[in-house]
Amino acid sequence: MRYSGSALSVNGVTKRFGGLVAVDNMEFSVGEHEMVGIIGPNGSGKTTMMNMISGTFKPTSGSISMMGSRISDLPAQEITRRGVGRTFQLVRLLPSLSVLENVIAGAVFGHRKRWGREAEDHAHRMLERVGMDAMSYAPVSSLTYIDQKRVELARVLAGDPEILLLDEWLAGLNPTELETGIELIHDLRKEGRTVILVEHVMDAIRSLCDRCVVMSSGVKIAEGSPDVVLSDPEVIRAYLGDDDA
Amino acid sequence: MSRSGFKELAIAACLAILAGFVPLVFNNYWLSISVTAMMYIALCTSWVMFSGPTHYISLASGAFFGIGGYLVATGMSDYQMSFWLMAGISALVATILAGLIGAATLRLSGVYFVIFTLGLAEMIRNLVSWVQNNFLGSRGLYVLTDFTEAHIYWMLLVLAAAAYFLGWYINRSRLGFALRIIGNDETVARHVGINTATAKIVLFMTTGFFGALVGAVIAPRYSYIEPNQVFSPELSFMVVIMALLGGAGRLWGPIVGVIPFTLVWEYVSLQFPNQTTMFIGLIFLLIVFVLPNGIVGRLEQVAVKIRQGGH
Repeated sequence: MRYSGSALSVNGVTKRFGGLVAVDNMEFSVGEHEMVGIIGPNGSGKTTMMNMISGTFKPTSGSISMMGSRISDLPAQEITRRGVGRTFQLVRLLPSLSVLENVIAGAVFGHRKRWGREAEDHAHRMLERVGMDAMSYAPVSSLTYIDQKRVELARVLAGDPEILLLDEWLAGLNPTELETGIELIHDLRKEGRTVILVEHVMDAIRSLCDRCVVMSSGVKIAEGSPDVVLSDPEVIRAYLGDDDA
Repeated sequence: MSRSGFKELAIAACLAILAGFVPLVFNNYWLSISVTAMMYIALCTSWVMFSGPTHYISLASGAFFGIGGYLVATGMSDYQMSFWLMAGISALVATILAGLIGAATLRLSGVYFVIFTLGLAEMIRNLVSWVQNNFLGSRGLYVLTDFTEAHIYWMLLVLAAAAYFLGWYINRSRLGFALRIIGNDETVARHVGINTATAKIVLFMTTGFFGALVGAVIAPRYSYIEPNQVFSPELSFMVVIMALLGGAGRLWGPIVGVIPFTLVWEYVSLQFPNQTTMFIGLIFLLIVFVLPNGIVGRLEQVAVKIRQGGH
């Protein structure tokens, strides 16, 4: 595949689970330093799409390339090492490790590898960045939901990913937490990171995303700037149903 | 963090040196119990290296142990090989076998892995018995060496110390950290960039390596060896129970578990020789209901309480 200048490109990707087509011939690309949102109603295949990019699932057909080289045949750990970092829809921390160790975990084996003192210092910096350094030595079980999410984000950032995948990172937060959350993602944007986020919080999408890809029933139904896409009649129909329904 | 690691190692070294004097101090009866205990300490320590952090319960100890004992016996009995050469070969064979088992099964999760290792150990036992009976003629094999009980004890002590040191070293390495992450959440492990299959296979191979060496070293104690005896499935269960009794969360857990277990076991098998299986069952219930994290886990709980009480 020729390097088309995009950080990530998804080419005709389909995923079938038995008879169910979860993602059908998806096609989009993400430029460097771009923040792209994948939106769509529940069950439209957004998370499946994320799972294919991160290597949790292999596409049934089609390919995904990063900086022009194909990654869709690689196992998840290899994709991580190439520089794709992700958070999980339901936050996943390592319960028997401290907060600091959770973040070190992201720094040791990932895209840039660190160990010992260097990894520890780096993890502290990442925790500071998400405003969690004071909790470094706390057990994970004592954290609130937003704090768990922040630690998970710090873990992903600790691996210095080239492309960041945020799977409903803002879901389940209360209004104050949401503000903190959006601010954090804004900072990532200011740093010029390449980010793909799956999100339901429309305010966040409007203020954060350069571009949106809208999925419905596994198919891409629209693509463009958030304002344009969110006023597209077909997108509104996908979310709210037909007038006569 | 690192200083306490070295303290732990220093304590272990002192204990190992002290343990070295056992054959000079104890009479034959106690030495014989000590050999059994040392054998289980070596086996459990290498078991905990893999199963402790990953929570994969392996019942293959008997298979690796049997490979050690059987290869030493066959080599010395039928082919006039030296003990040392056969011990080395058996360790190599068991390590390779562990690698193959690992590659085939470590993708399996939890209970499937347990059942597979149990089945595998049984299969090897029956296969070796069958080959022995049909093609190699004699049923039993003789292991005749100049080793005394004390020599065997010291060799086992060296193995136990080596297993402990390796485990300590791995715990402080990237590999050890990777295993802890795998034990917590394998999906996360893959997504932070860990090659989970390789990490698990490497550790499982060290378990195989030590299992075979322990089997090889203990073989001269029995003099006469039958496949059914060295590939005993009971051994696999004993290793698991003693390791869990001590606590699989710490490398020194097995030492805390093996010593009391061996002593009580000795008493039970003398006084109630027909109820030993029931005793294993009782210990297992004790672990599940009273000591889910082993003796070590309970001790640490108490230590935390005392520290909090002090404030």
